[in-house]
Amino acid sequence: MIKRNDIILGVVALLVALAFYLFFSLTKSDGSKVEITVQGEVYETLELSQDQSFLITLENGEYNTVVIEDGYVRMSEADCPDKLCVKHNKIHYNHETIVCLPHKVVVEIVNGEANTVDLIAK
Amino acid sequence: MKTKKIAVFGVLIALAFVLSYIESLIPIPVPIPGIKLGLANLVVMTGLYLVGEKEAFVLSLVRILLVSFTFGSPSTFLFSFAGGVLSCLCMILLKRSNLFGMTGVSIAGGIAHNVGQILIAMLIVHNVMMVYYLPFLLISGVLTGFAIGLVGSLIIGNLKKYHVMQGKGR
Repeated sequence: MIKRNDIILGVVALLVALAFYLFFSLTKSDGSKVEITVQGEVYETLELSQDQSFLITLENGEYNTVVIEDGYVRMSEADCPDKLCVKHNKIHYNHETIVCLPHKVVVEIVNGEANTVDLIAK
Repeated sequence: MKTKKIAVFGVLIALAFVLSYIESLIPIPVPIPGIKLGLANLVVMTGLYLVGEKEAFVLSLVRILLVSFTFGSPSTFLFSFAGGVLSCLCMILLKRSNLFGMTGVSIAGGIAHNVGQILIAMLIVHNVMMVYYLPFLLISGVLTGFAIGLVGSLIIGNLKKYHVMQGKGR
């Protein structure tokens, strides 16, 4: 029923997962800004250091509420059907995302430093 | 024999439909888009090994259409479609290769399902950073695929014993 190749396949997949996980966790760095995009377009950029509650309203009246607290971001409320975004753990590190697929809303931690460098260069 | 095939096909579609519904009632502990238990895949696997490749593929498509129209929305259709089709094709290929048993085929199906869903998600929200979910998608694909594969091989073993598709050859 279980062939040797089946086990190999499973173990290889797990190892690949582990490799990705290690790579992601070793390269993770603190972010400084919270970028909110709706359907791929930047909706708002917030400071990660500033505690606040932010309401995203979509064109059709649907909404998501993002809360920034002690350097962590979470989705506190949404009227999407699956509520996966609300159940998602709070995020803090650079490139971490909370996605609300039904609303096509992405909350991503970004590193604002690149922008500062640009400003200085100007 | 044709009548029998139609009957078995009907039963399998009904089963897949019901299992999809039951699955939607089971909460998933990890809030990552794309992860599923894959109960319905049990039926697609059964179709694949008991009836045939084409039939399993059609079974998978019909199930996705039925489930999306009844319980889902246009966006859930796209996700189920991507995951379901990729998973089914992957399982057919691996079965053809004859290198893997049912468990391996099912593991590949589980992984392909999760990866297919996250690919569509990345396209829809225009965000590549969802690749960070990949390790979790792989792990859950292996675990659910393994479980479904084990149960599936038990089911097929028993069904073959009772000659459900008797006379059809393989």
